[in-house]
Amino acid sequence: MRALLDTLMVLLTFTNLRLLGLSRINASIRTVAAQGVLLGFVALAAHAGHWNARILIVAAVGIAIKGIAFPVLLFRALRAAKIRREVEPFVGYIPSVLAGMAAFLISLWVAARLPLPGGPASDLIVPTALSTMLVGLLLIVSRKKALSQALGYLVFENGIYVFGVGVAYEAPALVEMGILLDVFVAVFVMGITVFHIAREFDSIDTTRLAALKE
Amino acid sequence: MNPWGLAPAAGALLLAPLFLGVIHRTKAVFAGRAGKPLFQVYFDLATWARKGAVYSRTTTWVFRLAPLASPAASLVALLLLPQGGFRAVFSFPGDFLALIFVLSTSRFLTVVGALDTGSSFEGMGASREAAFSALAEPVLLLCLAVVAREAGQSSLSGIVGSLTGADWQRAGPALVLVAASFLAILLAENARIPVDDPTTHLELTMIHEVMILDHGGPDLALLTYGAALKLWALGALLTGLLLPGPTGPSLLGGVVFLTGMLVLAVVIGIIESTIARLRLDRVPQFLVGAGAFAVLALALVMR
Repeated sequence: MRALLDTLMVLLTFTNLRLLGLSRINASIRTVAAQGVLLGFVALAAHAGHWNARILIVAAVGIAIKGIAFPVLLFRALRAAKIRREVEPFVGYIPSVLAGMAAFLISLWVAARLPLPGGPASDLIVPTALSTMLVGLLLIVSRKKALSQALGYLVFENGIYVFGVGVAYEAPALVEMGILLDVFVAVFVMGITVFHIAREFDSIDTTRLAALKE
Repeated sequence: MNPWGLAPAAGALLLAPLFLGVIHRTKAVFAGRAGKPLFQVYFDLATWARKGAVYSRTTTWVFRLAPLASPAASLVALLLLPQGGFRAVFSFPGDFLALIFVLSTSRFLTVVGALDTGSSFEGMGASREAAFSALAEPVLLLCLAVVAREAGQSSLSGIVGSLTGADWQRAGPALVLVAASFLAILLAENARIPVDDPTTHLELTMIHEVMILDHGGPDLALLTYGAALKLWALGALLTGLLLPGPTGPSLLGGVVFLTGMLVLAVVIGIIESTIARLRLDRVPQFLVGAGAFAVLALALVMR
């Protein structure tokens, strides 16, 4: 099981690096969806051997929302915004990938010094969770389009989810479902907001929103 | 020194052009063509070898040195490389550094030879080759460092074939990352798609091909043969690292190795048929991505 978890963690890190290097937003949405599906499998793999209805439901709902519902909502927002790629982010793609690598190395270092009760199922869970959060934050601050920033927010949330699955074995299903619902609503609202920004200003470049003040 | 290592090296000399032939045939099958004969590269080499060479008056001995250096360096690389269960002819601790050094020496001489022609096209190709190889080389080094660390050996003959099924269970993700990274570097170093298109006819998009535009006859044959040997050498290294084959000369080891090389040639052919060439300014991103994989793998095995 550890080998499977390790593989999933490496795949997650791969999706992170891919997101940092991608400029086409539709490919980014698909990558985030793939990441969501991977998370469902992480939940299953982390609890291998003692599956119960709670874990199966959380994993299935997670995969359905992150792998299907989010891409549908985001693709709708993308069509409304009539854009195809992130143009000139604040941090270029190659520096972003390098920063993602650095984030992973820092996370490895931090994770080795982080005392956790119980010990996670795989040594890689905590570093991957931390680096996924860092990558999400990096996407939020370094990209200009509102949609890319929404994707960054999702990646950040995915990082928290990995941490929760790997470390807090017994989070109540109610809490996990509540978080999923929150994220779902957030993405829903972000989709509508992106649509309205695009309709009002013909652009979802957030740097131009700074010019709105009187 | 291990004289038995000469046998697989001689085999490589014979089979390297066939490796290219298999790639061509795979691409032809994908494109729905009958394709060139499998042995076309041998025929091409024979044709060029029979012709005379023409040298521009602006060139010097540097230009004539490049075609000799390319196969010579590949030959030395083959002597350092363990293949099919045989130990390399020469092996010493840290010989993978020597291997990389020899290959980059040959590239340096090709680049200098291209610059010597004074042609702006060749200068352009030379600058691209130098820029991309500067990015590719550290990644190759990192890949080999990861495998050396995993195998606990610092000589290629010790590294190759020492990875067992248990290693794959323990460090599988890291080894897969190294394999992906190494494959990317193999494609970049040997001027294959997605970094360079070996069949392109547009000088503006060429990298390797444009550097050998002014070479003709036997010189072109030597350069093409040298490139084929280099592709074989790096391919043999990748196959050797991945296959947990039996060490020591045996029929089984040879068969496993040759099958691995055949699969690798088909994989390269499939990659070339299915993905488009990268825009030139995206190539560094591709190489940095490969580097990210290698660093990740190193972090995983060092942890």
